Amino acid sequence: MSNKKGSSGVEYSSISEIKGPLIIVQGVSGVAYDELVEVESDGGKRLGRVLDVGLGIAVVQVFEGTSGLAISSTRARFLGRTMEIPVSQGMLGRIFDGVGKPRDGLPEPIAEDFRDINGAPINPQMRDYPTDFIQTGISTIDGMNTLVRGQKLPIFSGAGLPHNALAAQIARQATVPGKTGDFAVVFAAIGVQNDEARFFQKNIEESGAMKRSALFLNLADDPVFERIITPRVALTFAEYLAFDLDMHVLVIITDMTNYAEALREISAAREEVPGRRGYPGYLYTDFASIYERAGRIKGKKGSITQMPILSMPSDDITHPIPDLTGYITEGQLFLSRDLYRKGIYPPIGVLMSLSRLMKDGIGEGTTRGDHQEVSNQLYATYSRAEELRALAFIVGEASLTSKDRKYINAGSAFETRFLKQRPDEDRDIEQTLSIAWDILSDLPEDELTRIKENYIKQHYKGNKQKEGKEKS
Amino acid sequence: MVVEGKGKISRISGPVIRSEGMSGAQMYENVQVGEERILGEVIRVEGNDAIIQVYESTSGLKPGDPVFRTGQPLSVTLGPGIAGALYDGVQRPLDKIAAISGAFIKRGIQVPPIPIDKKWPFIPSVKKGDKISPGSIVGSVQETPLIDNKIMVHPDARAGKIDWIIKKGEYEIEEPIAKVVHDDGTYEVKMYQRWPVRRPRPYSKRLEATTPLLTGQRVLDTLFPMAKGGVGAIPGAFGTGKTVTLHQIAAWANVKVVVYVGCGERGNEMTEVLIKFPELIDPSSGRPLMERTILVANTSNMPVAAREASIYTGVTIAEYYRDMGYDVVLVADSTSRWAEALREISGRLEEMPAEEGYPSYLASRIAEFYERAGQVTALGSPERTGSISLIGAVSPSGGDFTEPVTTHTMRFIRTFWALDASLAYSRHYPAINWISSYSGYTEEVEKWWRQEVNKDWADIRQRAYRILQDEDELKEIVRLLGPEALPDSQKLTLDLARMLREGFLQQSAFDKVDAYTGPHKQFNLLKVFIDFYDLAQEGLKAGVSLVDIRSIKLIPRIMRAKYDIKEEEQDKLAKLGRNVSDEFKKLSGEVVN
Ligand SMILES: Nc1ncnc2c1ncn2[C@@H]1O[C@H](COP(=O)(O)OP(=O)(O)OP(=O)(O)O)[C@@H](O)[C@H]1O
Ligand SMILES: [Mg+2]
Repeated sequence: MSNKKGSSGVEYSSISEIKGPLIIVQGVSGVAYDELVEVESDGGKRLGRVLDVGLGIAVVQVFEGTSGLAISSTRARFLGRTMEIPVSQGMLGRIFDGVGKPRDGLPEPIAEDFRDINGAPINPQMRDYPTDFIQTGISTIDGMNTLVRGQKLPIFSGAGLPHNALAAQIARQATVPGKTGDFAVVFAAIGVQNDEARFFQKNIEESGAMKRSALFLNLADDPVFERIITPRVALTFAEYLAFDLDMHVLVIITDMTNYAEALREISAAREEVPGRRGYPGYLYTDFASIYERAGRIKGKKGSITQMPILSMPSDDITHPIPDLTGYITEGQLFLSRDLYRKGIYPPIGVLMSLSRLMKDGIGEGTTRGDHQEVSNQLYATYSRAEELRALAFIVGEASLTSKDRKYINAGSAFETRFLKQRPDEDRDIEQTLSIAWDILSDLPEDELTRIKENYIKQHYKGNKQKEGKEKS
Repeated sequence: MVVEGKGKISRISGPVIRSEGMSGAQMYENVQVGEERILGEVIRVEGNDAIIQVYESTSGLKPGDPVFRTGQPLSVTLGPGIAGALYDGVQRPLDKIAAISGAFIKRGIQVPPIPIDKKWPFIPSVKKGDKISPGSIVGSVQETPLIDNKIMVHPDARAGKIDWIIKKGEYEIEEPIAKVVHDDGTYEVKMYQRWPVRRPRPYSKRLEATTPLLTGQRVLDTLFPMAKGGVGAIPGAFGTGKTVTLHQIAAWANVKVVVYVGCGERGNEMTEVLIKFPELIDPSSGRPLMERTILVANTSNMPVAAREASIYTGVTIAEYYRDMGYDVVLVADSTSRWAEALREISGRLEEMPAEEGYPSYLASRIAEFYERAGQVTALGSPERTGSISLIGAVSPSGGDFTEPVTTHTMRFIRTFWALDASLAYSRHYPAINWISSYSGYTEEVEKWWRQEVNKDWADIRQRAYRILQDEDELKEIVRLLGPEALPDSQKLTLDLARMLREGFLQQSAFDKVDAYTGPHKQFNLLKVFIDFYDLAQEGLKAGVSLVDIRSIKLIPRIMRAKYDIKEEEQDKLAKLGRNVSDEFKKLSGEVVN
């Protein structure tokens, strides 16, 4: 006998092959695609999922990996359901492992409902367009790459860059001026070092937000293939908070690069034809099934704002992981190693950064009428300054016109006064725009062609400054 | 649907399943999978087995579950009620799905593509005894205030004579509205027809594309024009402006019907269209743009096989309106996601891959898609011409234009709007690179511009293009030797190129005035720049200093003219031009004195 009926599902001991994270079970019947599997061996129970099923054969991916499994002593129990997690308000304030089991030594919270971790696609007809301005207190974000409620805005980082500090600062400072509503933070760690996870935990605890937060931690020494599950578990809980309990949820996921690597390993074990750089051809679709779980829904009060963090292998933005992420998310905050080396925090490379939802979240009534144009002018100024800086490097600053030099100076002022701020510095949008005008006012008024004349009249400080200087 | 028989699932791997007991199954036949009757399509037949791509999640399906045959190929329903709709990739109306399953899309929902209980005001245009041939129009229905839907005989129907036609009145789509007799019998005509999406709808003659497809986007219309019935692609790395440009085209193009296919892209982008288009007003009719727009949305998180189908669903709908004698533009965002869907399905079929894992038939599929564009004379009577312009976004991985989807696409399109990441980074929007982009329609549409706008169009356009190209070459010298190494006349060329870039090419999609520029304003505005350049060069020769030219106070006004001067205020552009020339007269006067 190779199978016997258990309390839930059918058990088979007819494993024919174990390779990578996969086991192949023979002689099965009634097994469903995507079904959850319990894999038992002398070492205990592990979870898995059906990746491919034919008549009498099933390929099962084991989340905790197959190390230590032997063909003879392994049994697979098919549970007759897809992977679900219990959800409840009681999960706030708690710490879980990468598949949603308590990691804080406390008992399992009492389930209010069970949800499929894969979720279901939001009907585009039912989405509500995100427009509520989130003030993060960080000038480059609020002023030039505004975040709105329900946006998915990743941080593109690199080894050693301060993405954690930045994400933590955002989580601490984010407010929506003039709006109230319940706020929660869901943090998903995927294959990160223990101290990184602890950094977040400490940050959340110190800011007093722990009771409004839940942490899902798959750490570097946790099972690799659970990494496929962790973001989905976290997002399933976030959806419950947002769309059942009306909360505004900020989901921070770090590090998506580890996620993609786990996916690549499974794909390789299945001997699939790879796309670019060995990553599976469906990496885009797979990423989308995570990132698209953000947004707002008509008739619901809550929202999910996603901030995934990923490290770009060799700082290369064209690498498939940042590349396919950028193709799905609504912009990106790009951390620049150059700025970091100059000692600038946050080292957000504004030219490579983008917030696609900015335009509808700002302006008269939410931030200020001149916001968009000021941002455009800052971009134009800084990119011209960068261009001229490169030119000056070759031909010498002396061969530039005085106007060109003004641009170079404005570029430096932009970095040291607008970009740079302390990790605990919380600037409101008025402050941010005021610094912006300080910088723009060092340029001749005629150069500000991106800004309408009435705003220049209102905010430009250049002429006055000059008059003052002449008098003294 | 006729169910002719039943197979049995023998294997499930992602969106692809294998079914036994499918003898007689045809390629591209529709099937229904499992007890929930999820929609699928046969994509390979092997003996008695069929390989099926499934348009919804296969999670929970089991080997042994039934597969129901329909005997019909994957088809769309074409009739009044399409305009203004939002469909998924296989023409299921997403609002009806939402009414059943709420905010999230559940599996196995079947809803009719167009309302079956709605009464439409039908007006006959033929009478008993009139000759009818395939595709002929028998009457019309005001589908939306913007679209007069022509009710046509099916393109595959037999020619004959009208035996009976219903009188003017309000009818549901299932009611027969006409009867045709032919040599061997009769058939009824209804207000709708079904058409298999993978088969192009026939037409009687293909015509040459000669009128411009005007988009109101200066860099497109003036520098790299598209023609009605033409084919174009807009490739670019993420965040360079494909979607914004396609939204602009969908909003402003001078066509009757717009089909917007959101293929594997963001949910919020479809929502944005759904929210904005009902608010955007068509300038010529004063009606909301949504009344001429059809959205086909298969977002990135929706099932991948339906993404593959969405392109065909969209283009078949476009052909339907073309056949009525209308100009249609179809924008597809993004054809790369469609190609990836092909790749994913092909991978599941364990086909031999060509470059980067894409199937070897990628090129022919792309070619077949773009081949469905064109300006044509429609089938049947009365004689009418319609057109489909096809514009596809391409999302090259890593922004690398040498990857397979971009390179194959380039073989089959004629307008190439190359988006440039470095322009986008410096916020030059639309980030269309004026050196690497091209249009194969410039000469074809020149006549129109000469007749309708100005006889000097080609000349002014060429001058602007030249200045930009010169800049590109001069930049090399500047990079090596610094700007001072250039003579003043070339410095002036650089100045002008910069002015053109910022004051003409850059165009904000989000500024009320700047978002749209009509052809006359495009020409008049460009002429101000070119005249400025000529006067400045003459001035230099006459001894005016470059410093004085650079400090002309009118320059910021020229730069702001694109959004300071509205469409209806073009006399102001003429005045600006006169002021410029007065200014130069003054400057040269000072030199003489
Ligand atoms: N014409 C324009 N005017 C103003 N802003 C623009 C314009 N074109 C692009 N942008 C800016 O660039 C951003 C990205 O554009 P868009 O979403 O069209 O990129 P995309 O090429 O479609 O990217 P992806 O491939 O990731 O979908 C927009 O959100 C907007 O901020
Ligand atoms: Mg896009």
